[in-house]
Amino acid sequence: MTTAAALSRYADLPALIGLMEGDEKHSGAAHSTLDVLWVLYDRVLAVAPDTAEDPARDRFLLSKGHGPAAFYAVLAARGFLDVPTLRGWAAFDSPLGHHPDRVLVPGAEIGSGSLGHGLPLGLGTALGLRARRIRRADGDEPRVVVLLGDGELDEGSNHEAIAVAGRLGTDNLTAVVVDNASSGHGWPGGIGRRFGVEGWEAREVSGRDHDALYGALTRPHTGRPLAVVARVRP
Amino acid sequence: MNMRETFAATVNQAMDEDPRVAVVLAVISAGMFRASAARHPGRVIDVGIREQAMIGVAGGLALTGMRPIVHSYAPFLVERPFEQVKLDLGHQDAGAVLVSIGASYDASGAGRTHQAPGDVALLDTLPGWTVYAPGHPDEVRDALAAAIPGQDRVYVRLSETANRTPLPVSGRLSVLRTGSPRSAGVVVAVGPMLDRVLEATSDLDVTVAYTATVRPFDREGLSALAGAAGNADVLVVEPYLRGTSAHEVAEALADRRHRQSGLGVARDREVRAYGTPAQHARVHGLDTEGIAKAARDFFLV
Repeated sequence: MTTAAALSRYADLPALIGLMEGDEKHSGAAHSTLDVLWVLYDRVLAVAPDTAEDPARDRFLLSKGHGPAAFYAVLAARGFLDVPTLRGWAAFDSPLGHHPDRVLVPGAEIGSGSLGHGLPLGLGTALGLRARRIRRADGDEPRVVVLLGDGELDEGSNHEAIAVAGRLGTDNLTAVVVDNASSGHGWPGGIGRRFGVEGWEAREVSGRDHDALYGALTRPHTGRPLAVVARVRP
Repeated sequence: MNMRETFAATVNQAMDEDPRVAVVLAVISAGMFRASAARHPGRVIDVGIREQAMIGVAGGLALTGMRPIVHSYAPFLVERPFEQVKLDLGHQDAGAVLVSIGASYDASGAGRTHQAPGDVALLDTLPGWTVYAPGHPDEVRDALAAAIPGQDRVYVRLSETANRTPLPVSGRLSVLRTGSPRSAGVVVAVGPMLDRVLEATSDLDVTVAYTATVRPFDREGLSALAGAAGNADVLVVEPYLRGTSAHEVAEALADRRHRQSGLGVARDREVRAYGTPAQHARVHGLDTEGIAKAARDFFLV
């Protein structure tokens, strides 16, 4: 069994994160995005290392670029990254920084770090795929999934994209908002309502429940973009 | 046709010919692309009055292989979403053609909110941008013809001021008048400044050169012209922030003793006045008289 195969399961993710953060006791629970990322790459997204350049691949855009260790770990578990690459993260010549750079990280669709850029980029990606009439082998439109944090939603650029995507009915676009209650001023009435009032289909689930996440991410939502609010403990 | 109409006609034709071309707007000029929007569903995207989303959407389109052409007034295209220009285009290694109207003070009556004399200087802080400041509607057409087939980042700065005659958009300095071997130096006119520069310097023994291609700047061409002139003294007359190209001139002439000066929109104050573009040109010393006086002072004649 090769190293990559040995470190390709959900249970291996804490060890992979440990290669970067140097803490053997590091648990996945410390990473709010870990379960969402795993369910997306394991069960939802039609993309793999050998289709990473395919125009018809599904796209995952990590908008919340802070704390990318969980993202890198999942990319390594899925074979986009070599496991040894994780060890050197944030070194001068490492492709892996504290914020991902799409030019350097195999499998990263965007560079992020400054908050509020992923959703407008994802909207443009969804509109570009539609304008080019690109279809996956199964006949479906490729999906564009953007992961944001609830604190990140403070940035007004998100709300520009939420309104436009809703009005244009961009149903190949999905926003996953990982809500760990980190927005200083909060979102009275809930995050889902911000999307719902603009014409999105909004669903709320536990951000740790893999089957619930899978269901929320895959049940049909024709004609409207999809927002999945994934609640995790602060 | 003026520059804006030429821009719309050129892009509408490109949309018919190249399926990669998409237009991204924030309401401004939407009417000029309505027929294309009907002919090419999904390729004219008006995001409403949302300039951050305008640039972000353009970046996303480029990531799928489309060629986005993004358009608004210069302050809303470059200044308001500047971080999106830096990150959603440059940092993503994505290309787009940004086309602005308004120039430095075309919207003189609208005031400071609709004026962006610093647009080229701002883009100069980012790597990889080609910048055109056309001086004639035909040059707008030629600059777009060069820009649209590519994948890189291009800014085209339209103006309501134009020269009488178009010149080739070659990326090189075009020589309009050659001074004697004992001439006082070289005047570089950028875009819409050419006609008044020619008039302002008609009685001086100087070389007058022109470019609509601001970046990359033709350093080699300027070096050769300065070498052939009597003095390596260079006056650059630009229609935007004064001294925007001073660092390019310094690089071009780094191998010799030289003097340089720049004319352009004042850096040291905000002109709180309305009126006409001609009145603003006069305030900034960018009318024929102002250029003539500055040229005499600089060339010590």
